[in-house]
Amino acid sequence: MKKEEIKANTQKIYHFPRVRKRTENWQGKETVVEPVAAKDTVPKFQGLKLKYPVYTKHKSILIEAGIVGAIALITIFLIPPLLTVVGQAFRVGLLGRFLALAIVALGIDLIWGYTGMLSLGHGVFFALGGYALAMHLQLAPLEPGRLPEFMGLYGVHELPWFWQPFYSFPLTIIGIIIIPALLAALLGYLVFRNRIRGVYFSILTQAATIVFFNFFNGQQKLFNGTNGLTNYKTFLGLEVNAPQTQFLFYALTIILLALTYGFCRWLTTGRFGRLLVAIRDDESRVRFSGYNPTGFKVLVFAISAGLAGIAGALYTVQTGLISPKAMDIAFSIEMVIWVAVGGRATLIGAIIGAILVNFARSLLSEQFPEIWLFFQGALFLIVVMLLPDGLVGWWRSQAVNQIRRLLGIKQQVTYPSLETDPEVQQEREELTGKLGTGD
Amino acid sequence: MVEFLNVIFSGISIGSVLLIAALGLAVVFGLMGVINMAHGELIMLGAYTTFVVQNVFKGLGSPLSETYIILAIPMAFLVTALVGLLLEKGVVRFLYGRPLETLLATWGVSLILQQFVRSVNWVLVIGITLFCLLFFGAWWVVSRRPDFDRIRNLFFTIMLPLSAAISAVVGVVLAQTYKLAVTQPWFGAQNVNVTAPKWLQGGLNIGDLRLPYTRLFIIFLTILCVAGIYYFFQRTAWGLRIRAVTQNRSMSSCLGIPTQKVDALTFALGSGLAGVAGCAISLLGSVGPNTGQNYIVDTFMVVVVGGVGKLVGSIVAALAIGTVSYIIGSNALAPLLSPIPPLADFFGFFATTSMAKVMVFALIIVFLQVRPAGLFPQKGRTVDA
Repeated sequence: MKKEEIKANTQKIYHFPRVRKRTENWQGKETVVEPVAAKDTVPKFQGLKLKYPVYTKHKSILIEAGIVGAIALITIFLIPPLLTVVGQAFRVGLLGRFLALAIVALGIDLIWGYTGMLSLGHGVFFALGGYALAMHLQLAPLEPGRLPEFMGLYGVHELPWFWQPFYSFPLTIIGIIIIPALLAALLGYLVFRNRIRGVYFSILTQAATIVFFNFFNGQQKLFNGTNGLTNYKTFLGLEVNAPQTQFLFYALTIILLALTYGFCRWLTTGRFGRLLVAIRDDESRVRFSGYNPTGFKVLVFAISAGLAGIAGALYTVQTGLISPKAMDIAFSIEMVIWVAVGGRATLIGAIIGAILVNFARSLLSEQFPEIWLFFQGALFLIVVMLLPDGLVGWWRSQAVNQIRRLLGIKQQVTYPSLETDPEVQQEREELTGKLGTGD
Repeated sequence: MVEFLNVIFSGISIGSVLLIAALGLAVVFGLMGVINMAHGELIMLGAYTTFVVQNVFKGLGSPLSETYIILAIPMAFLVTALVGLLLEKGVVRFLYGRPLETLLATWGVSLILQQFVRSVNWVLVIGITLFCLLFFGAWWVVSRRPDFDRIRNLFFTIMLPLSAAISAVVGVVLAQTYKLAVTQPWFGAQNVNVTAPKWLQGGLNIGDLRLPYTRLFIIFLTILCVAGIYYFFQRTAWGLRIRAVTQNRSMSSCLGIPTQKVDALTFALGSGLAGVAGCAISLLGSVGPNTGQNYIVDTFMVVVVGGVGKLVGSIVAALAIGTVSYIIGSNALAPLLSPIPPLADFFGFFATTSMAKVMVFALIIVFLQVRPAGLFPQKGRTVDA
């Protein structure tokens, strides 16, 4: 190879194909630098075969979508008959609820796993979504001019103004997502704009939980107080409690969960996702690089709240009850532990964690109601102290090595030459003799 | 005038309860940046200690049984400080620098403590004691072997299940032989009542105003605690060390201050203060396993509004929050606002204790727009401050 050729090649190699470069000039105007290098200028590495072909991104996305779709179809059509055959038909209902909860878990994973903001107030958004749908379900079967039953008990004669929009089904659907999202955006903006973060944010969201709990609990006339909204009859002309309708909700939950998964996946893989991780790892540095994290944090918090709203609506319609208990502090923190058990910053982990913990809960509290709190407390401790990356994180990073060690198979060594170097070995022995294993 | 005095007194009274509950939290949070979610449960443990001391004193007869509160305060302090020390040594120590994880772990501890109080009985206590004796005894013996590091994993895999199994078997055998005598929960899930001693019942009358003695006692106790903390921080060697570590951890470490000991001491101190707070609130009403939950959010708000690292912030914040929530909750402004009906209606809507919390939270959020770091923030130049 001639000198010039090498030079040209190296230049090409260091010239990475940026798709779009966005900079801001000193006037704050945005200038868009057009693509620097197109596809075909990617240097062909001579004599070096890449392990993974470069342009398979689309393919792998298709494969993943296929797997998700297949799992969704299996859960919809195979699991209910299977559980019924085993004689555990009621578990289908439970599974449907837990899958609804998995949607909140995804939302929490977005803000905690990816952005590093620990919200202890997602119960509020969950409950708001639930209340929105429940209000529609209260109004839907009524003849015009009648009021929901409980209002008569407290002497309310006119429908409060904010109940009016929930006569309409489309507005309700929008409300389920928009109301929690707007609330989260407002709260988030007021908090993040002052660079309040970390535990302060957690404490404030927790306080918000108790505030909303008090509000909904105290307003008998508006929301039926402690009892919550229950006794749903019809939904779009369908009987809510009929098995077919419940199956419909079950299927809808799974479809929405799959869609949410895809949405989160899309959010977290691109630029946006990388920015979220950057905010998590070093917010100051993100700020120094010219980004304003506030907007991104507000946006992701709002998205997460919207997801919680969807989950709340799906959960409400499957349990047939929404009450201020959903805004309990304990419930909101529990949501966090689902994500922690499954694995932070892994979307699939959030889903697995939500389902596992909830099934463990229902099994244990059926058998030994007293032990459940002990178990839950221990779960918090174990996950935080021994399994900080959750089950999925452990599986990805250490499982192979630990299983190998258990089975007595020799471990793969990163630097074989070090293992045979007598000097290194001797030093190692001396160090371990003096200092212990050092962990 | 009486109205005004009443507002002042009630505000101070609510504020002092808040302050005494938040004091320990502020000390711990100020030093280590650790949010102790189990703080409420430590308060609850303090209240239960008071209950136990009261019952023991009841056996002593009339004149002595009125003085139980004098002994209950140091006892509550000691018990919760010990629990706090265990918590620090067993959990929090491993999580420094990861505040969110600490928050979750201490929440787990708080759940365990709640259920522990509900279901504690002789079997449980004997079982846990036996387990600790076996496991940590064996650890102590084995750890003196020179090759302990090599067999550490083996030791855990053998001794942990073994001692757990032995204590479980002993527990079951005990439960079978003695039945209800050992399996009956000590406290159960119901609330327990601490009756204030006779000399704290009744109240002081100033004109039309009546100041209950228990409230006055709590105010007095709070003042005593604050004064004690100030004395400890400003006048003793360990107080100096704690202040040094609060200001700059790595520098203090370089200068030879044992930061780990300081951490443990501070955590124990903060937990002990929670115990004293528990002793105080047990005079206000019945105490249950969930009592602690009612206090954590309020105390956190005190710390957030007050700012980290300076006690005076917590003091002012507690009094301010106490007064404001009393004014809103009792609708004390109603006579002033009555000329303006919409405003009066608005405040009337929030005029219950629980709705007042809604308003106070909104006010706190507004306040944080002006002073995001609280009333008296610690000045520094780090980016992350």
